[in-house]
Amino acid sequence: MKKANKRVIPGFGLSMGITISILSIVVLIPLASLVVFTTGMDIGEILSTITRSRVLASFEVSFITALIASLINAVMGVVLAWVLVRYDFPCKRLLDGMIELPFALPTAVAGIALTSLTADTGLIGGFFAQFGVKIAYTRVGIIVALVFIGIPFVVRAVQPVLEKLDASYEEAAGVLGASRTRIFWKVIFPEIRPAVFTGFGLAFGRCLGEYGSVVFIAGNQPYETEITPLIIMSELQEYDYASATAIALVMLLVSFLILFLVNLIQIRNAKILKGGN
Amino acid sequence: MKKNILSLTLAATVLLTGLTSVTGCSSDKGSSSGEKITLTNVSYDPTRELYESYNALFAEHWKEQTGQEVEITQSHGGSGKQALEVANGLEADVVTLALEYDVNAVRDAGLIEDGWVSEFGNDSAPYTSTIVFLVRKGNPKDIQDWDDLVKEGVGVITPNPKTSGGARWNYLAAWAYAEELYSGDEAQVKDFIKKLYQNVLVLDSGARGSTTTFVENGQGDVLLAWENEAYLSIQDYPDDYEIIAPSISILAQPSVAIVDGVVDDRGTREVATEYLQYLYTDEAQRIAGDNYYRPSNEEILKEYADVFNLNINLVTINDFGGWDEAQTKHFTDGGVFDEIYEKSE
Amino acid sequence: MHSESKGSKAVKWILIGISFLFVFLMLVLPLITVIAESLQQGFAVYAEAVADEYTVKAVLLTLEATVFAVAINTVFGLFAAWALTKFRFKGKKLLSTLIDLPVTVSPIIAGLIFVLTFGRQSPIYPLLQELDIKIVFAVPGIILATIFVTFPFISRELIPVLEAQGTDEEEAAALMGAKGFTIFRRITFPHIKWAFLYGIVLCAARAMGEFGAVSVLSGHLRGKTNTLPLHVEILFNEFKYVPAFAVSSILVMMAIVILIIRSVVEYIGKREKDNVR
Repeated sequence: MKKANKRVIPGFGLSMGITISILSIVVLIPLASLVVFTTGMDIGEILSTITRSRVLASFEVSFITALIASLINAVMGVVLAWVLVRYDFPCKRLLDGMIELPFALPTAVAGIALTSLTADTGLIGGFFAQFGVKIAYTRVGIIVALVFIGIPFVVRAVQPVLEKLDASYEEAAGVLGASRTRIFWKVIFPEIRPAVFTGFGLAFGRCLGEYGSVVFIAGNQPYETEITPLIIMSELQEYDYASATAIALVMLLVSFLILFLVNLIQIRNAKILKGGN
Repeated sequence: MKKNILSLTLAATVLLTGLTSVTGCSSDKGSSSGEKITLTNVSYDPTRELYESYNALFAEHWKEQTGQEVEITQSHGGSGKQALEVANGLEADVVTLALEYDVNAVRDAGLIEDGWVSEFGNDSAPYTSTIVFLVRKGNPKDIQDWDDLVKEGVGVITPNPKTSGGARWNYLAAWAYAEELYSGDEAQVKDFIKKLYQNVLVLDSGARGSTTTFVENGQGDVLLAWENEAYLSIQDYPDDYEIIAPSISILAQPSVAIVDGVVDDRGTREVATEYLQYLYTDEAQRIAGDNYYRPSNEEILKEYADVFNLNINLVTINDFGGWDEAQTKHFTDGGVFDEIYEKSE
Repeated sequence: MHSESKGSKAVKWILIGISFLFVFLMLVLPLITVIAESLQQGFAVYAEAVADEYTVKAVLLTLEATVFAVAINTVFGLFAAWALTKFRFKGKKLLSTLIDLPVTVSPIIAGLIFVLTFGRQSPIYPLLQELDIKIVFAVPGIILATIFVTFPFISRELIPVLEAQGTDEEEAAALMGAKGFTIFRRITFPHIKWAFLYGIVLCAARAMGEFGAVSVLSGHLRGKTNTLPLHVEILFNEFKYVPAFAVSSILVMMAIVILIIRSVVEYIGKREKDNVR
């Protein structure tokens, strides 16, 4: 009970207990079985599986497209959240309501719809085809699909924080003569940075693992547009559980690392913020 | 405090497991009690209409014979994935999959006994199909045979044989042609296959994806497809496409088998056996023919001579030494299919 | 905000314009494509596909999975957010990373781990057989997978807000002798109301549309374990292009209904707040 003096607020035992038990059943035990399954293989086998040139190429494809897509999402997400929180304009509620729609559409349907739009016979694809730009069946197509599925993460992470943010700060800064861009970078952005990172991290992780929509739009050419989840799927189709789980484990570790970094940054930020107070 | 956490963890765990088991019990038990019997047929994608008609026919037949009602639950999906699910515990009384290799995967999980291939007629393949070309109306690129597919400027659409069981037949059919052309010189055959796959614009993960790419999104000049699926496409767009039969193709044999581990457990062996056996009757064979599968019964097949091109020279999987050998040589990691995509350019 | 200069007004409308363009191109157009495709062969074909016996069963199953996912994730989200933001303890970063992990796990891997844990290859499978509990390829598996993919959605929405709010108010209340639940209801909940609502909406929308993980776990038993997205996939694979889109449009409409409910709740809530003022 030594630490209890710090914990004035009640409910630590209850909330931790429930958190950890649900977490164990839904996440930890199933993930552990993946790890257990892989420990059955020897290290050399795992390494030779994950360093096959085609697998490495797929890591590259997945990583680059996910990174670009989540950067786009981070920027657009902040813009959207900003517009939705700070401005009044017609159809605002409508715009606000649209944000979650990508979640509700099954990813496969999203993939099919986006492909038919961006193929060179489609509405958007046809427009770009005039300039010799191909969207569907290239990496650009993959990025389009990933932006689609990732956008709600950033918007919905940033929006509540912006809403809570006191406008008086900026007003004060404005009165003091700071320019708007300066206010944004110096006053507002530090406040929403943790939320942006969270949204970015979640979107990035989700994009890395996305399968359903990407397989339709990607073209799936080995070395060019073949993503890692597709490789896992093809290993499964060959009943090669060992290779599939080995590659899956790599992806899992990468996701975990990304999230861990994001959380580190976020918690550090929270501390700085509190210290500032 | 510690005790507190522990007890709460326990309580929450009990609560959650209770919840899961309640929903577990409420889900269908599926045992064959009394007058009504249930049967689960795990099949692959485009067989739904075939089995929808067949299930009605069979239910009638079974009722006539035994006075028992039979209800058949269908499951459709990618063939390899379906096999994997059965191997992992999906309770299927019978499997009707796209290729022998997939049924073997269920066998390897210990659910189907060895020698299942000879259990039913015609290598346990009650209906067959083959690989044909679907081209745009008027055949603007004048594609007549496999060697036209490797010409420069021809865009080919076919699924990835590594993710789509059905697409392995496409690959093997091309291989059979090249083997004939170069009288077995493997280096040249590989070169031919490599050129063919260099012309592939989009390598979808499944047959349906490829069809969409070709039909809805207008990619490529020729789609390599199963005959029955090619017919489904021209059924929807009769004025836009035509089917070209190559000189050589492969006899695609979708396999059926009883899942011994499940039927013995559920006591449904008798009805499951009859279900698959009845597929070989004349009426059932005609249902297959109506759904653009080639009936295995020669007499019935002749009735459909105006639908199917019966002059294609069809090789079989045995010409490749059986599925296990073909799989190891061509499609496992580091096999020929990986080789032709090796980065040498 | 009252005295906006001309420059900032221009910025405002440019940002709003960008937002609308982005949302229209990336989110609305794909949806329009879905609806347009579904009506391609006229309303009769559409109605037939929607009223199909198996479609109705799929809708019910999807609703069941969604309700379970939202309920369990709500319980989890509230307790987890409370534990993570109101107390200091070792391993906090790790815990919060683990909570986020499911979102970034590829849906295929998510399905795979449940198959490995509860399927025939698993050491506990004989036990489950003995007890006649079916998890994989049955409804419980679908529910578990749905909970898994939406796992952090509610806690993720709450944590940034609670973090920004700090612990001062709760500590004060606790020192004055208030009980845990009272503190939560009177002090914490008003702060997180809107974030909580966003979380539920996000969770419900994502739960309805989940495809990858559920597809690995369901077994596709027609009328028994087919959710709406799976039914769409099956129709699509059966060369039933138009009905597949018709069934997808049900999902779109379900999502729209949820979003409308959210807007109404939000509207009423905000009006009450203004009245109090």
